[in-house]
Amino acid sequence: MYLGQVIGTVVATQKAEGLEGKKLLLVRPLDHRLQPNGDDHVAVDTVRAGSGDLVYLVGSREAALALDPWFVPVDAAIVGVVDDVNAAVAKIEAGASRP
Amino acid sequence: MMLGRVEGNVVATAHHPAFDGRKLLIVQPLDETRRPVGTSILAVDMVQAGVGDVVLVNREGNGNRQLLKMGPIVPIRSLIVAIVDRVDVDGGGASA
Repeated sequence: MYLGQVIGTVVATQKAEGLEGKKLLLVRPLDHRLQPNGDDHVAVDTVRAGSGDLVYLVGSREAALALDPWFVPVDAAIVGVVDDVNAAVAKIEAGASRP
Repeated sequence: MMLGRVEGNVVATAHHPAFDGRKLLIVQPLDETRRPVGTSILAVDMVQAGVGDVVLVNREGNGNRQLLKMGPIVPIRSLIVAIVDRVDVDGGGASA
């Protein structure tokens, strides 16, 4: 599992079975210092996250298990909206202004 | 499984129901000599680990589902399953 920031939305009319009605968001993966960590990608939202939100995600097979029905072709799912990240390096308030 | 050190925690009020009551920790992966390798990940805790602990993280969902006993549909990929007391490396590179 990993942290990320929602940086956009993806709209797709023609979708595989099981993906109907699912919200697709563009996510930038972050490390615990909230620095970009890896390539931006698309994830399915399960927690009503919105643009700019700091979130955490689950990847791989387990991403599909976050959805109902769970037998769907996804490899990243947003499973939480982060309020706070408490780490030795810094205490970071989610929602605080950052790039 | 992966060795790592707990660096902190993440608080998230809005979350998937599978994470209800679960502690979510930031884990920095370590090599066998406890040097950081790669970037941090998030893992659910099931052994009461705390900041600074060296832990063992299972990064595979099926084993986690068996351990958590929450049924077959649990979207938890990384689970802290042990707090490491020591790592002995053959050839003298031991770390306590």
